[in-house]
Amino acid sequence: MDITSFVAAAPEMTLLGAICVVLLADLFVDDDKRFITFGLALASLAVTLWALAATAPEGRIVIFDGSYVSDPLSQVLKIAATGFVALSFIYSRDFLAANGLHKGEFYLLGLFGLLGMLIMISSNSLLTMYLGLETLALAQYALVAIDRNNVTSAESAMKYFILGAIASGGLLYGISWVYGVTGSLEFDEITAAITADPSLNSLPLWFGLAFLIVGIGFKFGAVPFHMWLPDVYQGARSPVTLYIASAPKLAALALTLRILVDGLGVLHDTWADMVMVIAVLSILIGNIIAIVQTNIKRMLGYSTIGHVGFILLAVFCGTAEGYAAALFYTLTYVVAAAGAFGMVILLSRRGYEAENLADFKGLNARSPWFAMIMMFLMLSLAGIPPFIGFFGKLNAISAVLDVGYTELAVLMVIVSVIGAYYYLRVIWYMYFEDAEDKAVLQSSADARVVMSLNGIAVLALGIAPGWLWALCQQVLG
Amino acid sequence: MGDIDNLLSILIWLPILGGVALLAIGDQGDPRSSRSGTMRVVALAVSLLTFLLSLGLYTGFDHTTAEMQFVERIPWVPSLGADYYLGVDGISAPLILLTTFITPLVVISAWETIKTRPAQYFAAFLILEGLMVGVFSALDGLLFYVFWEAMLVPMFLIIGVWGGARRIYATVKFFLYTFLGSVLMLVAFIYLYRVTGSFDLLGFMDAPIGLTAQKLIFIGFLLAFAVKVPMWPVHTWLPDAHVEAPTGGSVILAAIMLKMGGYGFVRLSLPIVPDASAYFAGLMVALSLIAVVYVGFVALMQKDMKKLIAYSSIAHMGFVTLGFFLVWFLQGESGAVLGISGGMVQMVSHGLISGAMFLCVGVLYDRMHSRKISDYGGVANTMPVFAAFMVLFAMANAGLPGTSGFVGEFMVIVASFKANVWFAFFAATTLVLGAAYTLWMVKRVVYGEVANERVGELEDLKRREYIVLGVLAVAVLVVGLWPAPLVDMMNPSIEHLVEQAVRSKY
Repeated sequence: MDITSFVAAAPEMTLLGAICVVLLADLFVDDDKRFITFGLALASLAVTLWALAATAPEGRIVIFDGSYVSDPLSQVLKIAATGFVALSFIYSRDFLAANGLHKGEFYLLGLFGLLGMLIMISSNSLLTMYLGLETLALAQYALVAIDRNNVTSAESAMKYFILGAIASGGLLYGISWVYGVTGSLEFDEITAAITADPSLNSLPLWFGLAFLIVGIGFKFGAVPFHMWLPDVYQGARSPVTLYIASAPKLAALALTLRILVDGLGVLHDTWADMVMVIAVLSILIGNIIAIVQTNIKRMLGYSTIGHVGFILLAVFCGTAEGYAAALFYTLTYVVAAAGAFGMVILLSRRGYEAENLADFKGLNARSPWFAMIMMFLMLSLAGIPPFIGFFGKLNAISAVLDVGYTELAVLMVIVSVIGAYYYLRVIWYMYFEDAEDKAVLQSSADARVVMSLNGIAVLALGIAPGWLWALCQQVLG
Repeated sequence: MGDIDNLLSILIWLPILGGVALLAIGDQGDPRSSRSGTMRVVALAVSLLTFLLSLGLYTGFDHTTAEMQFVERIPWVPSLGADYYLGVDGISAPLILLTTFITPLVVISAWETIKTRPAQYFAAFLILEGLMVGVFSALDGLLFYVFWEAMLVPMFLIIGVWGGARRIYATVKFFLYTFLGSVLMLVAFIYLYRVTGSFDLLGFMDAPIGLTAQKLIFIGFLLAFAVKVPMWPVHTWLPDAHVEAPTGGSVILAAIMLKMGGYGFVRLSLPIVPDASAYFAGLMVALSLIAVVYVGFVALMQKDMKKLIAYSSIAHMGFVTLGFFLVWFLQGESGAVLGISGGMVQMVSHGLISGAMFLCVGVLYDRMHSRKISDYGGVANTMPVFAAFMVLFAMANAGLPGTSGFVGEFMVIVASFKANVWFAFFAATTLVLGAAYTLWMVKRVVYGEVANERVGELEDLKRREYIVLGVLAVAVLVVGLWPAPLVDMMNPSIEHLVEQAVRSKY
């Protein structure tokens, strides 16, 4: 093993080192000086980004005896994940401080979660993937429970933990079957083994594959493995919901692409049907159940399920364009979703969480600017041009049409119309109804500026989407 | 003025940026304050400037060619084969002029009647104007679709924020109805992109496509355009939207947004899927005639003025689609050109007349806060000048010779006579029905004894209203008495369109 091995994993090591510094420093910080931890956490993210930029791989580098990979895809996903974690820290600080939750643990768990995500994104073997996944999952369980005196938070943390543990167990069981059949945990070797001996492509392998897909479905929150998602989104405190709803989606995409494409791409004919079924169920159930929600966090939770269906439908195509569309969709979805949860936090204040749809009533009268930003975010999620969400849907539908599934494409657009209803309802509450709550928004300048940029980004990206789509195609070409 | 480079881009982006500027100026404080005065002046200045610049489209227009003019093309999303590709021909240019002509009138008509958040109101109309010009000038499918959908958002807000009592129901219905219609058009566009490798609309027109695929694409387009026109039986959103929308919203809906459906048929359906259009022509003619006759009867029964005009719009737009789809029932090119020209003239004319009718209702509504016909009677006694305008526009709506309403209807009826006597018979019922529902409404509202005290206290037109209705009256008469410039402008493009429509593509 030479030094280049370590260079390719430098961002993760840098982050781990930075986490240790934050962990130690936080011990000496009082509650009223917690902004120091906040600053150090952001600095850690900045250093990680710098390390990512400095070690950008030219092509595909496989290290640690084949268990770790650094390629353009990992680069894009890692930069995005780091950025979204930074975004969720910035949106969260005020809320945490106002609600007596401003502890170092929030940032530390967030950073540990990011470390898990980076490992998942770079994993080239089932075992590395599992390690990253558990690092992320444990951080998330603890984050959901961070407000331990809050009954709903504690309940949803317990639910998340138990269901998550079962799903991890299932995933591990699937991994063991794949290992048993192919004799390897590394994605390249698994592919090579199946190609060399096509008779392996039979029932025992498919049995393992089914468990892997259950694990993926759970982590992504796809129907019928979605039960935890609305409860956790609603039960967790808003900053935690924001965290869970943003960057980990990128890790879930990496989980999907690495296992299904890098590892078991040759089994596309087998997994495509399974993925299609859960994807179609997700777009239908997610979008229809979202209509009747009155809690915006829960509504956005069901909407997430619907969006995950779109991402999985793009993956289902099994073409380079489909994978690029999945990446594009995930990135653009997370930009809008992070903004939407950020807005929930922005409207909250001491002892009051603006988590009901009714809390958005009359926002246009209270703050025309943030009402417009929220409108941009909702329209992007609904897939209305010229916002970026439209191009995500366009690319996914285009990829599906390319493989000849016209009926599926028609279903996708019709579901988009169903979904438009509940996003429009947010807009109508903000613009057409009178405010029940006339309090002035109390959030800090940095959160406001970042929120504004977030809203403008979904419009600007929608007006000039070309470079991002070209990047996604290039990364997965 | 034809020398301005990027004229179409200016016509799209000037109003949009003007709208953004209005949002930035904002309307805090008293609506009568100087700040809100500035805001109104900016809105009017931007819309008038846009109109003046758009005249360059007429003066610089080459009447002898069917080629696209004022073309601008720069790469937009190269990885998807989509360009920022604009251009106009004789079919789209008149509709752009209609758009830029109507918008300043809407701004003036709303000058002091909108009291809640006027800056946002004017901004929504200016942004909408830019997007509508974008729809009429886009020659790239993706760009067309982006403008087409984006347009829904300002209209959604206009109806929802400034509308009547049932505004939320009406505006959500409007949005979802039109959105559902449009998304299948997107699937059709993506399919065509897959076939041709780009989103170039002119490329779509030349691409060979099999009959089955053509039929599916036609259905995708049909849902989008039929909802927008709107054709019977997908028209039910329109009466709701019209009734609940504020005056300006109704005017823009009737005058321009409905035209996008008709424009879609001639810009996309006929040239891109000619065989499927021929296949479905009988159905389209039947639906158009049902709209003319059945919806005409429905209009007769309305008790609400706005609803009556809304149904009358559906009936008149039936003429437009009738004219377009007569092509395959006519021998010889001159008849086919006549039908499509008639439809196009009818679109422009209906834009002027329906806009004017809604403005008339708006004038009454501002004073009485009622749209019910039974609340009025004898308005001519207290508002003689207004009554003169209203009677003129009602006559135009009924198709009186000398007004623009006559020209388009006459051309379409003549064309349908050449095609089939029965088509002409049903189409001509509009001359009776249109006169019946329009003039009966005018009789009940304008003439007779003063119905009640409130009518007796009405004041006649203010200068602002006088200007708006006067300008529209002149336009209605000019197009009615001297339609030649309009027809000449469209003719080469329509002849080209007929050639495209009657050929076979597979």
